[in-house]
Amino acid sequence: MEDRSGATRKLMSGNEACAEGAIAGGCRFFFGYPITPQNAIPEYMAEHLPEVGGVYVQAESEVAATYMMLGAAAAGTIPMTSSSSPGISLMQEGLSYMLGCELPCVVVNMVRGGPGLGNIAPSQSDYWLATRGAGHGDGRCLTFAPYSVQELHDWSAEAFQVAARYRLPVMILGDAVLAQMMEPVRLRPRGEAMSLDREWAVGGGLKGRERRIVNSLWVVPEVMEQVNLRMKARFDQAEAEMVRFEEVGDEEPEMLVVAYGSMARVAETAIGWAADEGIRARLLRPISLVPFPYAAIRVWAERVRLVLVLELSLGQMVEDVRLAVEGRCPVEFYGRAGGPLITPEDTLSVILSMAGVRRML
Amino acid sequence: MLDDLDLTEYEPVYTRPESFTDTIMRYCPGCTHGLAHRLVAEVLDELGVRERTVCIASVGCSVYTYEYFNCDCVQAAHGRAPAVATGVKRVRPDSVVFTYQGDGDLASIGLAEVVHAAARAENITVIFVNNAVFGMTQGQMAPTTLPGQVTTTTPRGRSREEGGYTLRVCELLSQVEGVAYLARRVLTSPGRVRAAKNALRLAFEAQLEGAGFSLVELLSACPTWWHMTWREAFDWIDQTMTRYFPPGEFVNWRGCGQAKE
Ligand SMILES: Cc1ncc(C[n+]2csc(CCOP(=O)(O)OP(=O)(O)O)c2C)c(N)n1
Ligand code: SF4
Repeated sequence: MEDRSGATRKLMSGNEACAEGAIAGGCRFFFGYPITPQNAIPEYMAEHLPEVGGVYVQAESEVAATYMMLGAAAAGTIPMTSSSSPGISLMQEGLSYMLGCELPCVVVNMVRGGPGLGNIAPSQSDYWLATRGAGHGDGRCLTFAPYSVQELHDWSAEAFQVAARYRLPVMILGDAVLAQMMEPVRLRPRGEAMSLDREWAVGGGLKGRERRIVNSLWVVPEVMEQVNLRMKARFDQAEAEMVRFEEVGDEEPEMLVVAYGSMARVAETAIGWAADEGIRARLLRPISLVPFPYAAIRVWAERVRLVLVLELSLGQMVEDVRLAVEGRCPVEFYGRAGGPLITPEDTLSVILSMAGVRRML
Repeated sequence: MLDDLDLTEYEPVYTRPESFTDTIMRYCPGCTHGLAHRLVAEVLDELGVRERTVCIASVGCSVYTYEYFNCDCVQAAHGRAPAVATGVKRVRPDSVVFTYQGDGDLASIGLAEVVHAAARAENITVIFVNNAVFGMTQGQMAPTTLPGQVTTTTPRGRSREEGGYTLRVCELLSQVEGVAYLARRVLTSPGRVRAAKNALRLAFEAQLEGAGFSLVELLSACPTWWHMTWREAFDWIDQTMTRYFPPGEFVNWRGCGQAKE
């Protein structure tokens, strides 16, 4: 279906929208391994990548998928994989090697309940893994957390440009709800394949150029330090340019609510209801988790009586919020772990009780 | 004295292959990693594919492979070279892609990657150097360690109870459809070296013809961790190792399994 601007609109699941977004963003090489709740992504890629001359490979494990990405990225493309929590754990080693080799890629994590085999319910318990992870060593992924099917589509497409610009792994952090719920999506047109022509990429023949080595082994500490500093410089640049967040709610709030992804979706409804109860609350929704919107949260921390962090975990992002607030006001937390969703009703009662407690102080 | 020699009077009969860089190798005296490298380099020269070759180095004593081969190179994590090779080859199908892996790398931590690359019939070539120990980490048991062999982690000799049984990679892979060429060779005499080089050439030809996955296993000496002189090590390969790992051609896409050594 076409909307008034001529763009195609389609009812899609988050997984499908994410996969189509990647193709629109120029993805042509996808390496996957099935795990619920993200199976529709590799399935979509297997079905549709050949339409644009792309390649889907089903790897024997998430470990192998990550190293297939490493090889593909070394050959100049921006490769993609997707998985869910246990698979992302297995990818950590490869992400570390990709950081060491200074190679970009796009990884989607549709988080499920854990630890261990856990379940296939929605969770945000991989925040630490997504923001501090990327295996051993001093590197991190750039991490973005969409909160709607449309945003999944858009960020999946954007991720390829971001990965290429900063030469870093980019992670899209979703969850089992975002992955499987269906919403109308304004589809981006399918873009050209990303160029393989990068001054460090192997393959394509020497043709008058020097041979190239893609490597993460640097036995001289000072040389290894330089690799780290180069990576840090690109990371710092991303930190300066890529902070993304959205705010809704009261202009003069007494309470700032911080939540991302599915939880932010629920919180948005709840702070609307809270307003009807006379509570002046504002939602700040980080979209970029790395880089994190520390500065924006700090500004509000000067003005509100309380910051409330809501997560589908027992408290992971709350640590970043505390780093942002730096004691300027109290930071409270509410969360549930292991898969149960927090309803708008639950959220409202948490907001009301927090507001009541603070008012009594 | 050598400096005074007028080399123009001589015709070179043995030179450094173009596919080799002018670098001093880091291998122990008597180690056959260097010889294995040289044979690969000669084959790349003779096939005229150096400029479009991508070498995937692995983790083990041959970790610096990327310094020795004069072509594009990618360094892989321990065991993952066939997955990295898959990624490179899928993006650049015109490249000639080979991995160079030890037996710890390929048969222990990386067994899944090599078996599945073979099953997918990836058009890549694997050079598999089997010295029956983990060389780089100082002589521990490998999956390929022989029954009774003493290593630093099988101090009483490998047994069913301590370390279990020996893995034979060629025999295992010979069951896998998708393998176009598969051979095991030794490097202990000039004739055997020639046979090894021939196998390497066939392996790369399989890739160039798009026939599928190819692998050459080379039984290799590790005098250092076998605690032997090179002579003893070569004898041990000929008399003991080959009994467990018989040389031969297991798969040949041009006609299966002829030309046993
Ligand atoms: C994930 C990981 N585990 C362990 C190691 C340590 N390690 C380095 S080389 C090696 C074994 C190499 O043995 P082999 O592949 O037989 O090669 P060789 O040194 O004998 O040529 C090990 C275990 C590592 N580098 N990475
Ligand atoms: S330790 Fe063994 S395999 Fe490693 S270089 Fe020395 S002889 Fe060769």
